[in-house]
Amino acid sequence: MSSEALNILNHRASQSFATAAERSLEDTQLRKNLRHAATVIQTKRGRMVAEMPDWQELRTSGEAIRHHTMENLDIYLEQFEEACTKAGGVVHWARDAEEACSIVLRLTREAIAREGASNEVLKIKSMTTEEIGLNRALEAEGVHPYETDLAELIIQLGQDEPSHLVVPALHKNREQIRELFMHEMNLPELGEDPQELASAARTFLRERFLRVPIAISGANFLIAETGGVCIVESEGNGRMCLTLPNTLITIAGIDKVLPRFQDLEVMLQILPRSATGERMNPYNSLWTGVWPGDGPQNFHVILMDNGRSNILADAVSRQTLHCIRCGACQNTCPVYQQTGGHAYGSVYAGPIGAILTPQLMQMQAAETLPYASSLCGACYEVCPVKINIPEVLVHLRNKVVEKRSALNPEKLTMKAVASVFRSEGRFRAAVRLGRVAERPFEHADGGGQKWISWLPGLLGGWTNTRDLRAIPGESFREWWDKRKKKVNLR
Amino acid sequence: MRIALFITCYNDALFPEAGKAVVRVLERLGHEVTFPAGQTCCGQMHFNTGYQKEALSLLPRFLEQFGDAEAIVVPSSSCVAMMREHYGDLARRLEASGSHPGIVQKTADILPRVFEFSELLTKRLGLTDVGAYFPHRVTCHASCHGLRALDLGDGPMELLRNVGGLELVQLERSDVCCGFGGTFAVKNAAVSSAMLSGKINDVLNTGAEICTATDNSCLMHIQGALHRQKTGVRTMHLAEILACDESGEVL
Repeated sequence: MSSEALNILNHRASQSFATAAERSLEDTQLRKNLRHAATVIQTKRGRMVAEMPDWQELRTSGEAIRHHTMENLDIYLEQFEEACTKAGGVVHWARDAEEACSIVLRLTREAIAREGASNEVLKIKSMTTEEIGLNRALEAEGVHPYETDLAELIIQLGQDEPSHLVVPALHKNREQIRELFMHEMNLPELGEDPQELASAARTFLRERFLRVPIAISGANFLIAETGGVCIVESEGNGRMCLTLPNTLITIAGIDKVLPRFQDLEVMLQILPRSATGERMNPYNSLWTGVWPGDGPQNFHVILMDNGRSNILADAVSRQTLHCIRCGACQNTCPVYQQTGGHAYGSVYAGPIGAILTPQLMQMQAAETLPYASSLCGACYEVCPVKINIPEVLVHLRNKVVEKRSALNPEKLTMKAVASVFRSEGRFRAAVRLGRVAERPFEHADGGGQKWISWLPGLLGGWTNTRDLRAIPGESFREWWDKRKKKVNLR
Repeated sequence: MRIALFITCYNDALFPEAGKAVVRVLERLGHEVTFPAGQTCCGQMHFNTGYQKEALSLLPRFLEQFGDAEAIVVPSSSCVAMMREHYGDLARRLEASGSHPGIVQKTADILPRVFEFSELLTKRLGLTDVGAYFPHRVTCHASCHGLRALDLGDGPMELLRNVGGLELVQLERSDVCCGFGGTFAVKNAAVSSAMLSGKINDVLNTGAEICTATDNSCLMHIQGALHRQKTGVRTMHLAEILACDESGEVL
């Protein structure tokens, strides 16, 4: 990927998670929005999950379907290509983001020429197009993309970046959105009532829906058996883009495929409940190829790898590809709840981003992301397809460590500590040494208990906000030795 | 029953009172406690930070020390989670390398005998009342690993409900992580502190004198802020509360 998109991605991710997170933590407005939005979605999800007596069985089925698909991905992708082509679609394969962007550009230019249209395209919310920086690639070639999802429109108008998989503008509140709309849509008067805001967006978008004959979409699922594509959404903007334009270009990661139409039975139960806390999405669109006289007459699907086959090759982290992008792990994650999405330096934030981004980018600059978790396991608990995110995080941490030089200070320390643990004598000596070493930092509180309130270097991260109780004068095993002696003397 | 105590490295050095409390509770219940002298660490810190190779060598050591024990008690839910979730895989890797023939079987044999402290009482010994007396207002943080990896459920709360004189107050969001996460607390100190401030808020809102848990690593973290902020609220391992009885003897 040599496009501008990667540079931006790299620039953002070159900052460590800890540094980026510190900036987010200082944003009072962001943190207030996060608390509110994450709690609302989480509560709704909790209710929708609790009413399903077979929720755990559904999760098991979801996992089984995704696991089976990944084990046979080559077969299902070719099956999809064959079925989609037979139904009148044109299937393209893209190795990486650059290739995907250039295919979209070529198809867009061809469509513009064919339709005699202006240099504009409609877009349905798609994290995959965010991943490859498609909007920037289009703009660089003079084609203007219009985001039609309300939250994505907010992001686009504000020249912002999405911070959540499902609710990309989660970090914005209605006052901020009102100001943005007034400025960008030239509206001298606008209330901050959600209905008024939505109505302003509708007026703004409707004119474009009727004018622009080309649309670009992502996909929630590709059905190998039928060659069909499925998109679920809440606003109906997707349905407009899928039915009004004459040309439709769908771009999907190769991980989006499902074997059979029937697999939607499970997916369309677990996805809306996990994502937005709804029993069903308001709009569920499924289309297969081209139907004369009805909907887009030119239909293209781009199947994109962009690092996914590398993930597939790793037996432990392969489960990352099971993700159906519901965002439940983000809403429940206590780290994400504090920092929001931007700290993750990628369109994929939260626990799933912490495992997906470093793998998609082959770790390059995202080495701190696998450490952006306390491993509390809340993500694994809610994941509708049972991705063991903590397991993958630890697996990726191991990869980070293995790549480090043997002289890395952390590595040297951890090796020394490991050698202490390999001998009881060394362990006893280390505890005694620790007592002496920390003595200069100790102070006694009013009750006579010794504490440490300042430590140098990395350990200062602890003592900046927390005290540390001093190592007691007698360890458990020293106490046990004495006790045994006493008993023996009796 | 003869119960072998795996104190764990950080309890041994930093929280010896938790180990003493485990001994006191189990002996009061008529059990014999042993302490295999060569024990050190379960390997959790290394494993979770990405140093799997370093964690590998600690498994054979654990098996050598505890292989014969009828039951093994560990006063740390995250260390038990480490063993249950990863020892099987570590054993397979050691066996595959040819260095430790038979270790997969030995590991599979020992794991069902490893119990977190509250789990030993409620699940292995079938007890909820251990004859403790502790006349204080107490709240309980559900340590993440105890909650999600060990599925301790209501066990620790049930033990607390049966302590004489104890007033148990429910902690709001008790299932949300305190932000410790081992090396996470220093690698991502700011985020960890932000998570902790929420936890401290919830603890203070209970009006409790004591915050307890099944894991001293969470408690070390919570205690760090409670003490820094001079809240006067203390932390105690569950075993320390259960060790108190009407004799009033201190450990």
